[in-house]
Amino acid sequence: MKAPRATSTGTTIVGCIYDGGLVLGADTRATEGPIVADKNCEKIHYLAPNMYCCGAGTAADTEFTTALISSNLELHRLSTGRDARVVTAMTMLKQMLFKYQGHIGAALVLGGYDVNGPQLYTIAPHGSTDKLPYVTMGSGSMAAMAIFESRWKKGMTREQAVELVKDAIESGVFNDLGSGSNVDVCVITKSKVDYLRNYRKPNEREPKEQSYKFKRGTTAVLTTEITSLVDIETEPSNAGASEGRA
Amino acid sequence: MEYNGSAVMAMKGDGCVAIAADRRFGVQALTLGTEFQKIFQMNKYTFVGLAGLASDVITLSDQLRYKVKMYELREERPISPETFAHLASSSLYEKRFGPWFVEPIIAGLDPKTGEPFIASTDLIGCINFAKDFVVSGTANSQMYGMCESLWEPNLGPEDLFETISQAMLNAIDRDCIAGWGAVVHVITKDKIVTKHLKGRMD
Amino acid sequence: MLSAAGPTHAGPVRIPMEHGFSPYTDNGGTTLAIAGDDYVIVAGDTRQSEGYSINTRYCPKVFKLDNNCVLATGGMAADGQNLVRRLKQSIEQYHHVHAKTMSPSALAQLLSVVLYGKRHFPYFVWNTLGGLDADGSGWVYSYDPVGNVEKRKWACAGSAGHLIMPFLDAKIGHHHQSQIDAKTEGKPGSVPFDTAMKYTKDAFTSATERDIYTGDLLEIFVIRKSGVTVEQIPLKRD
Repeated sequence: MKAPRATSTGTTIVGCIYDGGLVLGADTRATEGPIVADKNCEKIHYLAPNMYCCGAGTAADTEFTTALISSNLELHRLSTGRDARVVTAMTMLKQMLFKYQGHIGAALVLGGYDVNGPQLYTIAPHGSTDKLPYVTMGSGSMAAMAIFESRWKKGMTREQAVELVKDAIESGVFNDLGSGSNVDVCVITKSKVDYLRNYRKPNEREPKEQSYKFKRGTTAVLTTEITSLVDIETEPSNAGASEGRA
Repeated sequence: MEYNGSAVMAMKGDGCVAIAADRRFGVQALTLGTEFQKIFQMNKYTFVGLAGLASDVITLSDQLRYKVKMYELREERPISPETFAHLASSSLYEKRFGPWFVEPIIAGLDPKTGEPFIASTDLIGCINFAKDFVVSGTANSQMYGMCESLWEPNLGPEDLFETISQAMLNAIDRDCIAGWGAVVHVITKDKIVTKHLKGRMD
Repeated sequence: MLSAAGPTHAGPVRIPMEHGFSPYTDNGGTTLAIAGDDYVIVAGDTRQSEGYSINTRYCPKVFKLDNNCVLATGGMAADGQNLVRRLKQSIEQYHHVHAKTMSPSALAQLLSVVLYGKRHFPYFVWNTLGGLDADGSGWVYSYDPVGNVEKRKWACAGSAGHLIMPFLDAKIGHHHQSQIDAKTEGKPGSVPFDTAMKYTKDAFTSATERDIYTGDLLEIFVIRKSGVTVEQIPLKRD
């Protein structure tokens, strides 16, 4: 018997540090084999007020792993009384993923700003990590990295970094079949996070040739049952007065 | 998922939602029943459709109903379909490494605002909040094709019924292990209309 | 697969041999055909892919064989192109020997024989052949890779075939419908040409939304008494 397949995010996710902050980017397609399951899903997950995390791989795993770590970071903040550091989140994530020996299929790009400035990490499903100024992950990582390798430079402005991240994601969207639809961007700076959901929408569907509304009564029906959800209030007076028959 | 065969879908309309499922119960190619329930009413406005392994459909529907009742007793208010989607999702992910072989579809109206809501999850609980339609089951590619071409925004309850019925009936005719009749529920603020459709019984 | 260096030995590095070579690959893409009373529409997208990569955004998989026949090939592109080359040779030979063009039914039979001829090492292709018969009405022949053939009024194949088929059943075959507007929607299996063109375009734009292997460009061939015309329509490229 064929094993059932979980929704995966054959994805393009990227991150890029610039002077004074960092930019995360993701496409919005979720696939189930060769079929698009969700055309506009969110792959940039909240971890903490100063940290966000892009997820690729098994969709449920990225969702629940980031939610769990986010919850633990909140407790960490409450018990220490200060913002958690990015390395802390990275360590929590890698230790959890390593414990599960790769069975939790989450490939992550972690970005955040703390006392040490902007930082960017990738975390692979088995728990290995990298710390780099620009990173890509997912099935579109090659297409996106091609853009970074040809155009990334030190000391970019925020606008330049956002533009580069957008182009890297679009490169994945158009050249990798596992990625598609829209571009989500998240800019993290010292004091502020700008989550730019659907920053670009280069793949809007054009109107159809015609409407496919059917005439009412087209479909053959065997039985109809109507459950009324309105509470029936009977009028107190006159009830029964007009009912009488001579 | 291919052991029993199934087809479930839901669509959003203007102030209404519709949820539909086939009625077959079979073991691989052998059809054993044509009155199998795959859609379950969780409360006044929330419905869940379960496609997948029939035994898990029954067990999970009971377990979800139990959880909803406990929630509503504790909170003294009805569960919203969105909260229910998260409840279903968590219940599924709890079994991450030995999952229920079930892909739920959730459809309903928000009990406070009456806002239409639909969602689907995969077998380990990854939620898909859609603004148009959701499908699940062995006939999923056929249903995606039908819904993608037939669905349009702002359909009223009567038009939504025709659209979802046509999408369902034609999709299940192209899947050997789904079909044998179908049921559609159209949920509006003041009533639920349940219709059994005339479909091919071969 | 290559892996880290193994035990040391003299001479050039030994590369592990890949066993179980597979001669087949699926290049994706979708084809569709609708036959009417006096036309046949044969359409296909032009994306050619492998795994998660796009090989090219323009590789036609629908071919005009002569003035009355159009063939759509889905599956493995190399096999499809080779099959078309062989068919064109046979058509030309038939032309020289019999001094007339091949009728669609003869070509349909030829294709079946050619495919079955490779029964034990088949062409990995799902064919759809469209043509007008002697009285001018359109027909579609659809095939499996080993030459089983079925004569129909509508067909589709390829990566999004599953998505489109029920849509054609509903709109061309009027399945499960009691109320039909005969003027715009025609009779089951014979819809007006303009309507069929709209269905073709919408079928492909819908398939492009949900199937990752369908996209880039739609090529629509129309066979009528006057000959074959081609229309190209851009599809989404993501």
